[in-house]
Amino acid sequence: MAEVARGASMAAALGRREEGGMLGVSRASRYTAHAILIVGILIVAFPIYYTFVASTHSLQTILRPPLPLVPGGRFWENYTTALFGGIGRIGGVDVGTLLFNTTVVALAIAVGKIVISILSAFAIVFFRFPFRMFFFWMIFVTLMLPVEVRILPTYKVMVDLGLIDTYTGLTLPLMASATATLLFRQFFLTIPGELVEAARVDGAGPWRFFKDILLPLSKTNIAALFVILFIYGWTQYLWPLLVTNRNDMNTIVIALRKMISFADADTQWHLVMVTCVLAILPPILVVVLMQRWFVKGLVETEK
Amino acid sequence: MATVDLKDVRKVYGGRIEAVKGVSIAIPDGSMCVLVGPSGCGKSTLLRMIAGLEEITEGTVSIGGEVVNKKGPAERDIAMVFQNYALYPHMKVYDNMAYGLRNRGMARDEIDRRVREAAATLGLAEFLERKPRELSGGQRQRVAMGRAIVRSPKAFLFDEPLSNLDAKLRGQMRIEIKNLQKSLGVTSVYVTHDQVEAMTLADTLVVMNQGLAEQIDTPMAIYERPASVFVAGFIGSPAMNLLAATGGEPGKGLKLAGGAVVKPRDTVLPEAGREVLLGVRPEHMTLVSDRNNADIELKVTAVETLGADTLAHGHPVAGDLRSGELIARLPGSVHVADDDVLPLAIQPGMAHIFDAASGRRI
Repeated sequence: MAEVARGASMAAALGRREEGGMLGVSRASRYTAHAILIVGILIVAFPIYYTFVASTHSLQTILRPPLPLVPGGRFWENYTTALFGGIGRIGGVDVGTLLFNTTVVALAIAVGKIVISILSAFAIVFFRFPFRMFFFWMIFVTLMLPVEVRILPTYKVMVDLGLIDTYTGLTLPLMASATATLLFRQFFLTIPGELVEAARVDGAGPWRFFKDILLPLSKTNIAALFVILFIYGWTQYLWPLLVTNRNDMNTIVIALRKMISFADADTQWHLVMVTCVLAILPPILVVVLMQRWFVKGLVETEK
Repeated sequence: MATVDLKDVRKVYGGRIEAVKGVSIAIPDGSMCVLVGPSGCGKSTLLRMIAGLEEITEGTVSIGGEVVNKKGPAERDIAMVFQNYALYPHMKVYDNMAYGLRNRGMARDEIDRRVREAAATLGLAEFLERKPRELSGGQRQRVAMGRAIVRSPKAFLFDEPLSNLDAKLRGQMRIEIKNLQKSLGVTSVYVTHDQVEAMTLADTLVVMNQGLAEQIDTPMAIYERPASVFVAGFIGSPAMNLLAATGGEPGKGLKLAGGAVVKPRDTVLPEAGREVLLGVRPEHMTLVSDRNNADIELKVTAVETLGADTLAHGHPVAGDLRSGELIARLPGSVHVADDDVLPLAIQPGMAHIFDAASGRRI
């Protein structure tokens, strides 16, 4: 009998535990926590929602406050005009072209940075060559020289090479990345020496080792870096502003700025809002699609 | 299959630190050579030089009669089993085993045949599609061995392969490795710091200390006739008793540091006045009923009751602490209490005399 009673009370205790969650917090504090989280989400999400709402109204509605809280009926009209129609202020370039430019730039920067930094980290960690530490420190030092600091000389070089208004000019100076190199270096240092030696005994040369073992092991790191770097590339402002003159080479962030005039009436706010919404979609898409990998890469070290 | 020969192999790091100071070992075809020693004795460095993972500063390593000093690890046709398994974490068990073969450009069906055969031998057939992290420690170790087996190399090299396993599994895997090595008949070099592993696995046992091979022989020969104080202390558990003593007048036996006189039978005794160490294994001392027949008397300070055996710790009576600690392994049926004085006889021929200065056997 006593056994049974104890069993029952234990089950009850377990039930209570489960209800309270892992940390054993009470129901009330759980509701409070959720309430705070929901308020936080609303604060973050509302401006984005409002941008979307504005993008579905006509210019007249936007200019005559208050702006309605629900989407209007000009969704198709506004979006097709923006995407394909060409917008007056930025020289008849449609948002489609801008999206394409920005995608090319963000992808090139992300992929370029990853390729360069993984290769240099590979060299620095797994090879013994003269001045190895010198090169490591050289890469490290560039951390102190971001684009903004070296912007004039870099601009001069780009002009001399005739790379103004080209994708190369937009991306190349932003590619070398000490941060990503250091990140890969730290990860490579955690790979046990025995694994490297096992591969050597198995007849894998440096290239095979890189391709068959290092790359698959770095998958999650690469994914996490890709997300971060894609967004970094997508949101570049200063450099694209300098290195592009032609409107059809603008990135979306630059174009967005150019669309906004000082005089409120001149600005086609409904199209600005459409461009805003379209500008944040690709980064969101990248984050959502790669979220699983992104989190894995940040928290888990698979060894 | 091949012989492995080391001739005066030396390893110097950075021109100063001498890790291996000239070791020569001849390992016959198909036999198992175990390198044993405390950490930092150079045994792993020696193994890595055989593997080609470490450059050889001086001397030669030959596998199958061919000097391989200049060859890379893959060209030496050896397979290595690592302490931490070193399995490729992102590959399935099958691919882990097949990777080395693929790199050699072996035909697909031949690879498949070899991997499945090795998996069957090692009882891994049902795990071929799993990733290493889904396996237990023992299974991982088996995969690591499978990776070595499929290559059918000239030699297996084991670098402390069992030290990450729990005691029970270690005992089991020890037997498995032994049987596997016997049935495959592959020349093997095995590094361990565990003397039980060393004793049970070795055909040839190499006891290493500070970069030198102190003794190379069969395990039993090393147990019975250790060449130095170091070997005597390292092989055997509990370790051999070593008592400081001086050679007495002819026919007078040995004088222990505290004054007691010991006359071991069937032992060549040192000349009078020579400083020596008297070595007796705990298991080579027998309890006698008559004090007059005792070679040495043990004053007990601690008792370990192990069931089958009782270990009596103490020091010689009429000897001060300078002469050293003394442990006797007695049958479990004997009752011993602290402060007892046990009359012990040293079994004939079981006393070892070492020179106190050089530590070498006399």
